[in-house]
Amino acid sequence: MEAYINLFIKAAFVENLALTFFLGMCTFLAISKRVETAFGLGLAVIAVQLVTVPVNHLIYQYLLRDGALAWAGLPDINLSFLGLVSYIGVIAALVQILEMTLDRHFPKLYNALGIFLPLITVNCAILGGSLFMVERHYDFGQSVVFGLGSGFGWALALVALAGIREKLRYSDVPDGLQGLGITFIIVGLMSLGFMGFSGIQL
Amino acid sequence: MSDVRKVLIDPIVDNNPVTLQVLGICSALAVTTSLLPALLMCIALTSVAATSGAAISSIRHRIPNNIRIIVQMTIIASFVIVVDQMLKAYAFETSKQLSVFVGLIITNCIILGRAEAFAMKNGVGMSFLDGLGNGLGYSAVLITVATSRELFGSGSLFGYEVLPLTSNGGWYEANGLMLLPPSAFFLIGLLIWAVRSVRPKQVEHPEYQIHEVHRTEVL
Repeated sequence: MEAYINLFIKAAFVENLALTFFLGMCTFLAISKRVETAFGLGLAVIAVQLVTVPVNHLIYQYLLRDGALAWAGLPDINLSFLGLVSYIGVIAALVQILEMTLDRHFPKLYNALGIFLPLITVNCAILGGSLFMVERHYDFGQSVVFGLGSGFGWALALVALAGIREKLRYSDVPDGLQGLGITFIIVGLMSLGFMGFSGIQL
Repeated sequence: MSDVRKVLIDPIVDNNPVTLQVLGICSALAVTTSLLPALLMCIALTSVAATSGAAISSIRHRIPNNIRIIVQMTIIASFVIVVDQMLKAYAFETSKQLSVFVGLIITNCIILGRAEAFAMKNGVGMSFLDGLGNGLGYSAVLITVATSRELFGSGSLFGYEVLPLTSNGGWYEANGLMLLPPSAFFLIGLLIWAVRSVRPKQVEHPEYQIHEVHRTEVL
């Protein structure tokens, strides 16, 4: 249990996907103008990340890995070069399924998330999460926790940035820095703050 | 001829995908702690952008509209796999350093953005050049950031010592912050500031403007 909590903290704070690995930056910068929308997108990312990382783990473990097809009587086959196509396919399909399920059973949440759901397919934080899972050899339990933690950390950073940007609207920024420029500087400062978490372990 | 020039040169400064269109920054920051991986990443992205643009453009009349994103993704992913395998075969050490970021070229918004906005509407040759131009624009930003990070962070370029470090008996005290993630954000922020000071047309306008109150208005 302790190991899982540790992994969660590591994924959410110490190795925050947005602030230390720069993943999902395009959406991160584009959707952080209002706290409300940022919150909606954050929830969607947590949900998708929580599903896709474990599913991709199963696919890697039982279909693609070197010798993974041993259960089908083909122990010599290594399909790991197909990884990228499979992961992105799984993500696109899962996002589509999630969209339809939410539309059918939770229309309120579906309307709140709106256009952000389909956008998540091209969010590098999601694909990045799956790729890190493969690279770091997480097992199934770890990949569930890692998915949850990394999604949570990304959402946290997004909402925090949106809060700062809402306040910033009234400040007098130099012309060339207006908009994108100052946002980068803020994210840099936030990333500096998150570095304070490094080294924390339970 | 001027068309070709425009498509190829425009994205480098005037319409740069990173500084102006806010695309593809995801990977632009992570691989820039030293110059060699940054350069490989540029080559990888530029070749994927150009080839996938040409490939998507060549079948643009046959792609059904409602599944076009998935078709584009699959084409892009196939080219990324080719590049990834090439890197693993010929530059294994650096490809380890790039870790997941080569794979993340698939979700790099520059590539999908150009496929959607340009390759679906234009011919094969032009789409190839457009991909090449945008790849070069991305490379310009990446190389600038990587040069300053490696030079000031570890006093070297491509691993060769340029500024002799104090730890090796030289005079330059390495700036450790340059090797950490926040410096990449600061550098891109400053780069955007510089580009927009030179090209004032790119300046964004604030949502709220504080009016200057003149003395006569108050009275």
